[in-house]
Amino acid sequence: MGSLPYNVLEFPILSLSIFLPAIGAIFIWLFVKGDNAVRWSSLIVSILTFLVTLPLWLKFDTSTAHMQFEELHPWIETYHINYQLGVDGISMPFILLTSLLTVICIVSAWECITVRVKEYMLAFLILETTLIGVFSALDAVLFYFFWEAMLIPMYLIIGIWGGKNRVYATLKFFLYTLAGSVLMLIALLAMYFKAGETFSMLDFMAYPFDFTWQFWIWIAFFIAFAVKVPMWPVHTWLPDAHTEAPTAGSVILAGILLKMGAYGFLRFSLPMLPDASQYFVPFVVALSLIAIIYISLVAMMQKDMKRLIAYSSIAHMGFVTLGTFMFTQQAIEGALFGMISHGFVAAALFLCVGVMYDRLHTREIGDYGGVVNVMPVFAAVMMLFCMANVALPGASSFIGEIMVLIGTFNPSDVAQANLSISTKWIAIAATSSVVLSACYTLWMYKRVVFGALTKDSVKTMQDMNVREFSYFVPLIILVVWLGFYPMPVLDVMHASALHLVEQSTASKLDAAAALAEHAGAAMQHAKGH
Amino acid sequence: MQEVLNTTELLAIPALPLIAALIVGLFGWALKETLSHTITTASVIASAALSIHVFTQVLDGSSYYGNFWEWMISGSFKVPVGMMIDQLTAIMMITVTIVSACVHIYTIGYMHGDPGYSRFFAYISGFTFSMLVLVMGNNFFTLFFGWEAVGLVSYLLIGFWFKRESANFASLKAFIVNRVGDFGFAVGILAIWYYFGTIDYREVFDHVETFVAQGHMLSFMGWQMDAITFICLALFVGAMGKSGQVPLHVWLPDSMEGPTPISALIHAATMVTAGVFMVARCSPMFEFSETALAAVTLVGAITAWMCATIGLVQNDIKRVIAYSTCSQLGYMFVACGVSAYSVGIFHLMTHAYFKALLFLAAGSVIHAVMAEQDIRKMGQLRKYMPVTYITMLIAALALSGIPPFAGYWSKDLIIEAAAVTEMGWIGQFAYFAVLSGVFMTAFYTFRMFFLTFHNSDRVPEEIKPHVHESPWVITLPLCILAVGALAAGYWGANVLHMPGVGNEVQGFFGTSIFVLEVHDPLLRLEEMEHAGSIGLMIEFGPLMLALSGIGLAVLMYLRKTSMPKSLAKAAGPLYTFLLNKWYWDELYAKVFMRPAQCLGNWLWQKADLAMIDRGILHGMIVDSVASGALRFRAMQTGMVYHYAYVMVIGVFGLLTWLLLKA
Repeated sequence: MGSLPYNVLEFPILSLSIFLPAIGAIFIWLFVKGDNAVRWSSLIVSILTFLVTLPLWLKFDTSTAHMQFEELHPWIETYHINYQLGVDGISMPFILLTSLLTVICIVSAWECITVRVKEYMLAFLILETTLIGVFSALDAVLFYFFWEAMLIPMYLIIGIWGGKNRVYATLKFFLYTLAGSVLMLIALLAMYFKAGETFSMLDFMAYPFDFTWQFWIWIAFFIAFAVKVPMWPVHTWLPDAHTEAPTAGSVILAGILLKMGAYGFLRFSLPMLPDASQYFVPFVVALSLIAIIYISLVAMMQKDMKRLIAYSSIAHMGFVTLGTFMFTQQAIEGALFGMISHGFVAAALFLCVGVMYDRLHTREIGDYGGVVNVMPVFAAVMMLFCMANVALPGASSFIGEIMVLIGTFNPSDVAQANLSISTKWIAIAATSSVVLSACYTLWMYKRVVFGALTKDSVKTMQDMNVREFSYFVPLIILVVWLGFYPMPVLDVMHASALHLVEQSTASKLDAAAALAEHAGAAMQHAKGH
Repeated sequence: MQEVLNTTELLAIPALPLIAALIVGLFGWALKETLSHTITTASVIASAALSIHVFTQVLDGSSYYGNFWEWMISGSFKVPVGMMIDQLTAIMMITVTIVSACVHIYTIGYMHGDPGYSRFFAYISGFTFSMLVLVMGNNFFTLFFGWEAVGLVSYLLIGFWFKRESANFASLKAFIVNRVGDFGFAVGILAIWYYFGTIDYREVFDHVETFVAQGHMLSFMGWQMDAITFICLALFVGAMGKSGQVPLHVWLPDSMEGPTPISALIHAATMVTAGVFMVARCSPMFEFSETALAAVTLVGAITAWMCATIGLVQNDIKRVIAYSTCSQLGYMFVACGVSAYSVGIFHLMTHAYFKALLFLAAGSVIHAVMAEQDIRKMGQLRKYMPVTYITMLIAALALSGIPPFAGYWSKDLIIEAAAVTEMGWIGQFAYFAVLSGVFMTAFYTFRMFFLTFHNSDRVPEEIKPHVHESPWVITLPLCILAVGALAAGYWGANVLHMPGVGNEVQGFFGTSIFVLEVHDPLLRLEEMEHAGSIGLMIEFGPLMLALSGIGLAVLMYLRKTSMPKSLAKAAGPLYTFLLNKWYWDELYAKVFMRPAQCLGNWLWQKADLAMIDRGILHGMIVDSVASGALRFRAMQTGMVYHYAYVMVIGVFGLLTWLLLKA
């Protein structure tokens, strides 16, 4: 950490992005009275935050994998804990996704949240602070702080404004993630002591852990991240959490929270523990395929729309984890792009369900039918996002999926070396999602939207109003624009993804052995795979 | 004259329908009917005119190849968006745009007064754009994009009348079955990129020969296959889906739930032929895989024969034509499979005109008899609708392969090519299938024709006063297409020389289609012709069979009209078997749909809920913790936010303690 922080803006823009929502929240808490005033002021704060995060993208140097917009201040010097921030092509897109989706969440809650409006808005602004913090932290303690702090507003959002079974859902959500987090804390502490009393994530990436350490730390991280992704079999909290969460809660949950797990793999497991990551390739691939195929079949049979989209999210995250562990540029960029795209598409689908829920107060597929007759504009919007969920070319989701598949069909040598069958067959198995996603998405669409108008309750439904339409507009534009021209986002990722491929395909074992020898330690160490 | 075509003109051809579709699609609610159809129809007619202009330039030897922008780049994986215009593209372009223009005009009359009028025009213009992208692109990704886009529009149009449950089911079925094909297509693209490192047509095709010489093999559990065969078979699965080939044909007859104009445009003339176009476009790859060619021939032959047998007994006028479409697409695949790609594309073109005509004429009939589609409730309609009658007769003769109508020229050549191919039993089976198919085609076409226009008058009394000839917007396209159905065959064969022998430049297709000399059936036919060794059966057999098919229809439906009933009774089980379309739908319901649903339910209820949630999570983890926690029960207020606030304080407290301890 000898070099000066790299920040072209020479301005703590990341700190501002993180703390602007929190400061806004405190301001609103103290000074703003009345529900409408709270709504408007929260909207203004979230829009301001979005505007503040824009320069991250506009001023981003796409030519380097180096961390950018860095900030570094000592925090707790005794433990070498620093307030260290910075983003690269892997984390920066998520910050923009967060700040955009928060605006949409606040608009979407305008009319449907009528109790405890202020608390609701505050929860979302605090949540935004913690999420941006997670994606910009470069110090492990800071990361862990934001990672854990995020749980609290999310817990409150589901627990207070959720559906009938919210107590069960929140506890399940909380216990699952907390169990994972505890292990992550242990892993971080282990790395702290092993790597010479530093919490800098960049130091962790550089330090040559030997295989035994990598192995155990990897498992601890894996449990923490797999719960968040979520991967089978630790996924069962997600359908419950989604079903009970208010619409905007689902939007943030699917749009950002799920990405934290995969982000963890990309930020911690792959670069810090490359040998263990390579060793566990078959394990992750198997779980990813289960997510893609098994979960798709489960999604098909759901009777509750939110539950269906929740399962569909797990299936799409299967692509992300698959791509992550192929260690090629295409697959990793595909996984990253897929996450960004899923942030738009899943968010939009949950918003669609929210629009219908606000009218009939039911999420059961069977309670609908023939919605297109009364809500033609809504039907067209939902059709667009359903087709995006099916990954039709022209939608952003296609780019992510096809790049993961391309990268899986032609993986890095280390990924293939750890697998007993050719990844070609894995790619082909994953391609079955082409059929399965169409089955569950369009079957639901058919039952909900198409058909004659037979139910009296559906007859009373009104088409979307301007406010509702307004939060779909940015999502429509992004899904279609990035579907046809993904280069602005891909360009941001190239250098960092390539760097990550180098990190994850290299081995730390030689350096670890040299280090052990150098220290004169006559300990035996595992010579791994 | 070897020139490069004008980029702006080429871009305008797909751009015009796209812009029109966007305007009418987004603002259709504010536009009057006249404005909606004027914008879209005018743009498609302009696009057709430009296509014809491009076509004449291509005839003079011009071509085009270029990239416009990069769709995706990731390391060595590059996907540009570009165009490649050669003879194969040009013939597809004029076919698509001319049929589309006719259908646009026809739709003005057919859909008049429908609440979804503007939406319909937006869809068909959007379809024209997608289909043009499909044929004009210069790499496998633009092909795939167009492929999926036409699939989307097809889905939307089959389910156009969304109040009908049957239409919604048919559209879903069409999309999912097509996606099964797309699965193969996608795998093919993955393999192409893996083996060739590019997805550009030219670069791939240029390297096929050296690639095959290197002998790449693919193995799966000890089972070996050479890579080029794998790629071709995967691509062909895509073609089977889109072009309604057995066993992925089940969606095409059901797609007749859509309005008739799109049955003509999408499910007869253009989209469903995309598979044939793809195989012809990839001829430089298929030529190097005997296995793939044999598979194409076999699947095409089975479809041609099987769908013809089903067509014999159907009673819905559109379904008869739909099964005929499946069957004729089978003919095209047989042509491609025996390496007579040029003939396949020739048949694609002639078929586009006469089949679109057949559908539009059927639509005119359906329009006249108040949306009745059952031919048992028609008859004697020739008295009321002379233009429809004459034009449909032309189409029926063309489909049956009677000279000088269009179908004769192309279908006859397919049968001859199948006759002389050296493919062993598959070749012989294909020859049998297409030959017997001719008889059945002629029979079911004229059965449908006679039952509609001749035979006894079975139109219900309450409908009779409404029966009338359709307005000019409907009959004009019929007449335009009738010209095509009359002349396209002669024009294609004798003016354009479409069935070109080998890779000689003398044929129309020049180098856009690649055929190995050892495979070329047309070359063999030419040699046989020189030697005078073509048998009478090969030369006149098909025509005789077609005439006898018509003869049988005359006998059964004009002369002895009691015959069909007694025949159906006599052939009892066989008749039911054919009437139920070989029970494919029932088979798929049993083998795929229900098991998938049961499996999904089982995985959800048993694996997810019972095992993971109740078994492991609650049974083993939560309960054991809970029993220990019973003593802390008093602290549980049951208020979630109490817990939450305690937890907030706890987390911060813990953190502070950890940090300050030192």
